[in-house]
Amino acid sequence: MSEVELIPMLSQEEVAEIEAEISHLPDRESAAIDALMIVQKHRGWVSDESLSAIANLLGMSSAELDGVATFYNLIYRQPVGRHVISMCDSVSCYVMGADGLAKDLETKLGIRFGETTADDRFTLLPIVCLGACDKAPTMQIDEDLIENVSVEKLDEIFEKYT
Amino acid sequence: MSLLETKPLTGRVEEVGGPVFLEDYEAGGGYVAAKKAVTQMTPSEVIDEVKDSNLRGRGGAGFPTGTKWGFVPPGPSPDGGVKYLVCNGDEMEPGTFKDRWLISNNPHSLIEGMVIGAYAIGATKAYVFLRGEYFEPKSKLAKAIDEAKAAGYLGEGVFGSDFDLDFRIHSSGGRYICGEETALLNALEGKRAQPRNKPPFPPASGAWGRPTIVNNVETYCNVPSIIQNGADWFRDLGLTEDAGTKIYGVSGRVNNPGLWELPIGTTIREIIDEYAGGMQDGFRLRGLLPGGASTDFLVEEHFDLAMDYGTIQAAGSRMGTGTMILMDDSICPVDMSRNLQHFFAQESCGFCTPCREGLPWVESLLLDIEEGRGQPGDLEILDQNAQYIGAPGNTFCLHATGAIEPLQSALKYFRDDFERHIVEGRCPYRTNGNA
Repeated sequence: MSEVELIPMLSQEEVAEIEAEISHLPDRESAAIDALMIVQKHRGWVSDESLSAIANLLGMSSAELDGVATFYNLIYRQPVGRHVISMCDSVSCYVMGADGLAKDLETKLGIRFGETTADDRFTLLPIVCLGACDKAPTMQIDEDLIENVSVEKLDEIFEKYT
Repeated sequence: MSLLETKPLTGRVEEVGGPVFLEDYEAGGGYVAAKKAVTQMTPSEVIDEVKDSNLRGRGGAGFPTGTKWGFVPPGPSPDGGVKYLVCNGDEMEPGTFKDRWLISNNPHSLIEGMVIGAYAIGATKAYVFLRGEYFEPKSKLAKAIDEAKAAGYLGEGVFGSDFDLDFRIHSSGGRYICGEETALLNALEGKRAQPRNKPPFPPASGAWGRPTIVNNVETYCNVPSIIQNGADWFRDLGLTEDAGTKIYGVSGRVNNPGLWELPIGTTIREIIDEYAGGMQDGFRLRGLLPGGASTDFLVEEHFDLAMDYGTIQAAGSRMGTGTMILMDDSICPVDMSRNLQHFFAQESCGFCTPCREGLPWVESLLLDIEEGRGQPGDLEILDQNAQYIGAPGNTFCLHATGAIEPLQSALKYFRDDFERHIVEGRCPYRTNGNA
């Protein structure tokens, strides 16, 4: 497909947000990570089609942009559920029992890490230290940091994420 | 002395009782230092004051801040190009939680420190490179940036001078290696965060090939009070040869985990017993990582040491970020090592073979030993890997070197535990099949 066909795959709003980032950078390619995050914010993840459209907009190859996209933990190249649970598996949470909690979480949701529940409600992912180690174990659901997590609290924690 | 003079980083937050925004910040003397620097001092006077203060980088490496700033070619670039000032707010060192707190609670001290730094090196563009997961800190910082812009402390003509400073946040796509300063600069440029060859170092050629300074959040937050109160005051704050205060943290099975701003050089035991409330009932402290996951274990014989750069280094470890992770006697050293190496193997950027191939090998050996499949000779293989992967110069950056620090020290201090796993074919810490 030509650039003309691909760029309309992005919404006007997405293009405007990406162009705003480009405007303060020395070149268009420097906005690669920002652009991927912008599209993900609107669509939940970055599909192959989105990736090609962003690459065209930035004037770089899809392969090069995919090299960037797949390098970073927070850019999803697969669809995710309505909410993403990111459970810390780093050392402070480990010391406070995160490994056991991770197993409980898998049992509770009926999925393994890296999977999405059948009703599309939750995707479960591991994440690196969330920087709240005095309140371990921790997790993040979407943009919310959740501290002092225990298996008893999971039902209450999940309630607001429908 | 007032709270602001004994706790320059956190005192105002304590007085206000929560996050400090512009009105409260200025009521406590905020932006007086930046205004003084920009309107009354020359850039070289600012750099000299920071040099004299003996402020050392709080991100972990401890490089003298003023010296680093002095490496940037002074004055306008001959080609008219820009210089950059960057804050490394990519706090991702496991067990480290101080920068999240600082940005969320005292965002203007970071902005003010960066205004002073930018003026000192002649940078007209400043970036805070922030962890993508730090949503709350980002919103607090964005609010503070808006306030500072509206007040004329950022943007065109800072404090009515002819000094301009464009100030932005870059949210990271997420990868530990972004904490390495040249990898961070590649990420800022929208690329894969692979570390660059050095030299050239960033002060000569950094972001987009321009002179660039990268400092940690806590480092910048120290700068306003140094300009305001002077280098002598700052040096006197430290209890040992190091200067200033340090935000220390403790996580693990203590009664009161948290963060405290204390004179640099406070002893490990005092931090744990006096501030963190000692160990929880039923748990004994066996060892600790003094400053994040990439620092060597310290054990009982070290607990009376001062937490400063030189003392901890002499003990064979590093003060690192100053946030300790405690290993109590319920934790299996082999399994904790496996957890640590899982992290480092996962976060290797994959560029250098010893790191890309060696760390997963180490992780898999540790998993085998932990799960009772260890073989005679495995510890010698781990020793060899520690030696070859960890040696600086065998890899492009210090990721692998940092990864090996907790492993080599675990093999040294907890060797009996490793050997017992292999001899017994099981983890002695697991009872009834549970960890």
